[in-house]
Amino acid sequence: MTNATRTVQFKIYRYDPDRDAKPYMQDISVELESTDRKLLDAMVKLKAQDDSISFRRSCREGVCGSDAMNINGKNGLACLAAMEGFPEGKPIVLRPLPGLPVIRDLIVDMTQFFKQYNSIKPYLINNDPPPERERLQSPEDREELNGLYECILCACCSTACPSFWWNPDKFVGPAGLLAAYRFIADTRDQATSERLDDLEDPYRLFRCHTIMNCVDVCPKGLNPTKAIGRSRK
Amino acid sequence: MKRLVVGAHYGLMDWLAQRITAIIMAAYTVIMFAATLGGVTGSREVWHAFMANGFIRFITFLFIISLCYHAWVGVRDIWMDYVKPATIRVTLHVLTLLALVGYAGWAVQIIWRLP
Repeated sequence: MTNATRTVQFKIYRYDPDRDAKPYMQDISVELESTDRKLLDAMVKLKAQDDSISFRRSCREGVCGSDAMNINGKNGLACLAAMEGFPEGKPIVLRPLPGLPVIRDLIVDMTQFFKQYNSIKPYLINNDPPPERERLQSPEDREELNGLYECILCACCSTACPSFWWNPDKFVGPAGLLAAYRFIADTRDQATSERLDDLEDPYRLFRCHTIMNCVDVCPKGLNPTKAIGRSRK
Repeated sequence: MKRLVVGAHYGLMDWLAQRITAIIMAAYTVIMFAATLGGVTGSREVWHAFMANGFIRFITFLFIISLCYHAWVGVRDIWMDYVKPATIRVTLHVLTLLALVGYAGWAVQIIWRLP
């Protein structure tokens, strides 16, 4: 493998509320080696070049969900975006997730997102005395949870959803509704009707207009729209 | 802290109604399209007799009611999404309702040729 270097152009949203009167886009380029395969690798190089650029990152393998951002206009995880997938000669445009307050540069305040997530009681409710070892499920019942439990709460979906943009305080959003259905579908959960009752509102569940941006952007390939449809049934 | 009131418990009803009224409107469109192909718009007399038929009057009325309810849910959703100040929103809701009820009444007058 050759270790040739190449230059990649970036356009990055910059905003430091302590210093900047308003946000601006910064043009910056970085030398990459062939081992810099993902966007996050390039961003780590950028950060070494200009350490004032701020973004969240942790696991760098699509599990923690902290490096979610708007990449060339589409929400995604920097660690999963392959550098070779970007068109050559065009700058890569990075912005914070839309619809949430910006703390600094690419870092957003996720309070509203987690508030909605917590509102659906994202834990198993079962009032029976706990068994000796664990609450068992049949393989078929467990199968129901596939495509639901894998959510990493990166907020790519909810911040791509126009209904969430207009009513982030009232609409639960795709991530929260996917989690809600994960517990509705769980045979070990005893609060199914309370959960459905809680969602039966023109805002909480029914603000979803099946736009399906959530399905389009989910870095884990999940389908919140389908889960929302099933909750309505 | 500002309290948020959610839990109005009419979400499912409206969602279902919107689907049902959509089916009614689609069925009516197919019937009318088929009738047009069948030549009911050939002359004024044929068209007049067709629309004077009790069943056609009934389904036309059903169509108008479905259209109004469907439009009510849809337009109300738009006001709910984009108009936040309560006074303006309620005014728009009332105006929408009045307009739709007015249209429905007007349609009834036309269908049954009321004076």
